Amino acid sequence: MLEKALTGDKRYWSWIGFLLVLIGIGFGAYVVQYQEGLVVTGMSRDVSWAFYIAQLTYLVGVAASGVMLVLPYYLHDYKKFGNLVVFGEFMAIGAIIMCLLFVIVDLGQPQRLFNLLIHPTPNSILFWDAMVLNGYMLLNIIVGWASLEAQKKGVPYAKWVRVLAIVSVPFAFSIHTVTAFLYAGIPGRHFWLTAIMAARFLASAFCAGPAIMLLLLMIVEKVANFKLGKEAVATLAKIITYAMCGNVFFFMLELFTAFYSNIPGHKASIVYLFSGLEGHAEMVPFFWTASVLAILSLCLLIPSRTRNSKPVLIFSLIILVIATWIDKGLGLVVAGFIPNMFEGVTPYTPTGLELTISMGIYAIGALIVTVLWKIAVSVKKAAA
Amino acid sequence: MNNTRRNFLKVAGITALGVAAGAGTAAASYLPHYDHMTPKPERLHAKRWGMVIDTRKFHSAEDYKPLIEACHIEHNVPEFSGPKEIKWLWVDSYHHAFPMAHNEFMSEEVEHKPFPLLCNHCEEPPCVRVCPTQATFKREDGIVIMDMHRCIGCRFCMAGCPYGSRSFNFQDPRKGLKQENPKYPTRTKGVVEKCNFCAERLAEGKMPACVEASEGKVLFGDLGDPNSEVRRALAENFTIRRKPDLGTNPSVFYII
Repeated sequence: MLEKALTGDKRYWSWIGFLLVLIGIGFGAYVVQYQEGLVVTGMSRDVSWAFYIAQLTYLVGVAASGVMLVLPYYLHDYKKFGNLVVFGEFMAIGAIIMCLLFVIVDLGQPQRLFNLLIHPTPNSILFWDAMVLNGYMLLNIIVGWASLEAQKKGVPYAKWVRVLAIVSVPFAFSIHTVTAFLYAGIPGRHFWLTAIMAARFLASAFCAGPAIMLLLLMIVEKVANFKLGKEAVATLAKIITYAMCGNVFFFMLELFTAFYSNIPGHKASIVYLFSGLEGHAEMVPFFWTASVLAILSLCLLIPSRTRNSKPVLIFSLIILVIATWIDKGLGLVVAGFIPNMFEGVTPYTPTGLELTISMGIYAIGALIVTVLWKIAVSVKKAAA
Repeated sequence: MNNTRRNFLKVAGITALGVAAGAGTAAASYLPHYDHMTPKPERLHAKRWGMVIDTRKFHSAEDYKPLIEACHIEHNVPEFSGPKEIKWLWVDSYHHAFPMAHNEFMSEEVEHKPFPLLCNHCEEPPCVRVCPTQATFKREDGIVIMDMHRCIGCRFCMAGCPYGSRSFNFQDPRKGLKQENPKYPTRTKGVVEKCNFCAERLAEGKMPACVEASEGKVLFGDLGDPNSEVRRALAENFTIRRKPDLGTNPSVFYII
């Protein structure tokens, strides 16, 4: 089926070419970082993880979101998602590859990456994160490819495909849970040391991921003349709405615990995000934007009248994605390090090189998703 | 046919043995380098190494300078300024050093005095718990130490350490060296480093460099021995530790 990716119109090829250029630029920037070391980033002794690891955190959620299609389709036999489920699985593949790349570019000694496997360390959450991410990726490759092949041949997918798809459900939950444990299991970082971290991660994954997917699918619908199915879109929008409600609710739980208990350590990071600390207010405009957009998206998504109107839905999804990205892809990691271990503030801003490398990785993800989705659309069209 | 199969099994068996032996050697080569050495007879040993700092005998940052210099010269700690700096032993104010022990109306002297900070060599080190490659590990004598050749530079230990005791080599550390101590290895960029309680000096029967430079104001010894000098100092004086409520059980004590 791979050959389907090699035939396309001019628009398809110029998009691929554009992505390749971005990847090339990102790779060039990475060569500089590889030679100079992480000194080219804005990270520091105090903020020792930042933009890269934050992108990993966000994209793990995007990867996990495929399960919002897989679960209803394979477990509850919700037929309306039949046309979409493979897109979710293929997007997960792209998202996980981006996750892995963001880990690799964050390493000080990337050539020693395989020490992770040579010295398996069950007490380190990072080891388990690598395990579940790769496991989930493998499951999605197998399930996605096999079910698409079955569709190409016009036969129902094999029993084992369904079994693996169902196995992938707990895997999807685990990738985000384990990623949350990276943060939630370490002492002395109040902002992260919270039992609801994994639940928050899952809630934000199950709204942000499907929102990105739905937006991308709408583009596919336009450029490839491909029908998503009205009911499938409506159901997915409902799922996104419920998950976003959970996401906002969980965040408010954090606010209650921090501010009602009135313990300085628990409040400090949140204060930094919303009003600045010791004169450092880098995140303040972003976080107010995120809060306003999050509430606005809920106001538009909860009433069925606005949710079912396509232009409003598109707008709501876009602002939802921005809000959740600011929360996970910008604030969560950095605010965990602020204030630092000495109650001081070391501000962080990503450098141009950091952003260029990140852009390159996003372009790689876009390329993978484009190619895989192109194959899926071509097969589905030929089969129909 | 049978013959071929037997031959195949022979070859396969020998290959498997070879691979196993190879893997064994490879694994052995990855053991912490201490395990390959026969220790010198004069080496110092303890059940659990610990440090007691008599802060009453230090009055200004100047007083700590010889200790810091001794440490940083001994271990080729590079000098970079700014937020990407490397430090093994440094000083900070009371509020920064003991952020959970804020007290109103404190003695002026204590409040404005600098306190020396270093790796606490915790009994329950979070950095060891989170390290994905066992590059950071705890020795039997309680010293938390790093294998710089195994560190992948993921910096999970920095996120995990509640004391900010670890530094990351954002750049080539050799660029920050004015002079090089040839007896101690320099590092490469991309690895984490920190105080090692002078494990290399203990192996030669010497006290840690900062302890030696302190001229008796910093005590070092076996916390596991009730008759040791450090235990006596702890029994006779009021001491505090950094962030004891986190359950890491630091091995560095401060006499106030």
